[in-house]
Amino acid sequence: MAIRERLSGNEATAIAMKQINPDVVAAFPITPSTEVPQYFASFVADGSVDTEFVAVESEHSAMSACIGAQAAGGRAMTATSANGLALMWELLYIAASSRLPIVMATINRALSGPINIHNDHSDAMGARDSGWIQLYSETNQEAYDNMLMAHRIAEHPDVMLPLMVCQDGFITSHAIENIDLLEDDKVKAFVGEYNPEHYLLNKENPIAVGPLDLQPYYFEHKKQQAEAMKNAKKVILDVSEEFYKLTGRKYGLFEEYKTDDADAVIVLINSTAGTAKYVADQYRAQGKKVGVIKIRVYRPFPVDEIAQALSKFKAVAVLDKADSFNAAGGPLFTDITSALYAKGIFGPKVINYIYGLGGRDVRTNDIEVVYNKLLEIAETGKLDSVYNYLGVRE
Amino acid sequence: MGKVVEIRWHGRGGQGAKTASLLLADAAFNTGKYIQGFPEYGPERMGAPITAYNRISDERLTIHSNIYEPDYVVVVDDTLLTSVDVTAGLKESGAIIVNTSKSPEEIRPLLKGYKGKVCTIDAKTISIETLGKYFPNTPMLGAVVKVSGVMDEKKFLEDMVGSFKHKFASKPEVIEGNIKALERSLQEVKGL
Repeated sequence: MAIRERLSGNEATAIAMKQINPDVVAAFPITPSTEVPQYFASFVADGSVDTEFVAVESEHSAMSACIGAQAAGGRAMTATSANGLALMWELLYIAASSRLPIVMATINRALSGPINIHNDHSDAMGARDSGWIQLYSETNQEAYDNMLMAHRIAEHPDVMLPLMVCQDGFITSHAIENIDLLEDDKVKAFVGEYNPEHYLLNKENPIAVGPLDLQPYYFEHKKQQAEAMKNAKKVILDVSEEFYKLTGRKYGLFEEYKTDDADAVIVLINSTAGTAKYVADQYRAQGKKVGVIKIRVYRPFPVDEIAQALSKFKAVAVLDKADSFNAAGGPLFTDITSALYAKGIFGPKVINYIYGLGGRDVRTNDIEVVYNKLLEIAETGKLDSVYNYLGVRE
Repeated sequence: MGKVVEIRWHGRGGQGAKTASLLLADAAFNTGKYIQGFPEYGPERMGAPITAYNRISDERLTIHSNIYEPDYVVVVDDTLLTSVDVTAGLKESGAIIVNTSKSPEEIRPLLKGYKGKVCTIDAKTISIETLGKYFPNTPMLGAVVKVSGVMDEKKFLEDMVGSFKHKFASKPEVIEGNIKALERSLQEVKGL
């Protein structure tokens, strides 16, 4: 039986971490992720976990400590946001290339500057090429569920890559909502033990971690890393299927909401997907054929599946809560249009909106603006502007 | 059917409007509802105006934005009435609930022509007489439940007694005061 609860996204994340009971948590506080290590530290203090909590002096050290702990053979976790993630930058790449399945809660916040504590995706989008698996969460429930699946995915022998579970800062991290929790013993059984094949503290089979790797092998190692990311897709689906059998909650690479006969579809990430679903329901009640696709797995990017899913629509708007400053569109838009091109799908007209930067509230009427535009494009086939800002004052 | 009740709280940093919104979410959750309780975070300073929100529904809530057309507005500090547009978007079928010693008739002229129901509750007097200190949260919570009818009063009271006993297990002396504050607030709302 599920445990009916009401928790903020940060509380849900900390409780998932408590149930996982990792060997090491190393973290440095930054809004809006601070509560995650704060709650977790209280679990350490009251003895409900036996984790070694390392209160470091920066996020650079937090990720360094996680790398050390994971390389030693332990399970290491951390949490951060925005500039904290940016300060981890060089270590993110080292964790991924060292094939260390560290798991991190990323509570998405606008990356400075100008300095801003509120939500957008500029922090995690900047880390999209670091070699980390990225799972995104619409709600506190999804943040919790993704965290419970994280180690099974990251630690799979075909993968062995670090993984970040992202959710929207404040919007879900600090909002109390209903959630169904799993019992501790079920989580324990589902997550299982971490038994790495190679680790530093194994004196029977000594290894080096992070040595110089020049022309003879660096290239091959990078190819292996790329293969691991490709393998992750199947592992994510397998683990999600197993999780579905356990909980009844179904997760794929992305969620398709009311898309079966849709003409106009919004593609987006995280909490605004819920607002888009609300508007889609209202438009459906008026007989308008609209739907929502919410990306859960952004790295690896589900190129084949997303191209296939989008192929049947007339008009698609990709909403990006971060700009790439390439003067052409946001990161999700770029990935989606390239997926369509690579698969030879030229049917749907695709436009991009940058939205909600720095925590600008995204209202139902913002989503209506997008659907109205898409329905117009679907009807006329005419496309006037591809790269747009949604609701910005000019 | 799942009609969503939307509530906006106005208070000043440090007065507990955020906590009150979370308490309301808790109380509604305990009566089986789907809830959202979230503050609008800004550069928080003691005394600065702050806003918090609740959505309460019989069905799962998916919307994730602030509330612009609330059914109810709760004003925890009546000095905000002259500085914040507290009735912005407030539905005329709903109500505003103000913590003040004044009557609804005295408050209405400050509300920019709002035509809906104006309710007042003297949370300060109730709080000082029952708790010995100024903690407006508990009486405001009672007033919101009373005015909005968002949950069954009796069930609400029973549940709150339980949660006070749990929350103040180490301070049993305040349990009785909080229960009294709730009971009084349910009776003393004016303008119903």
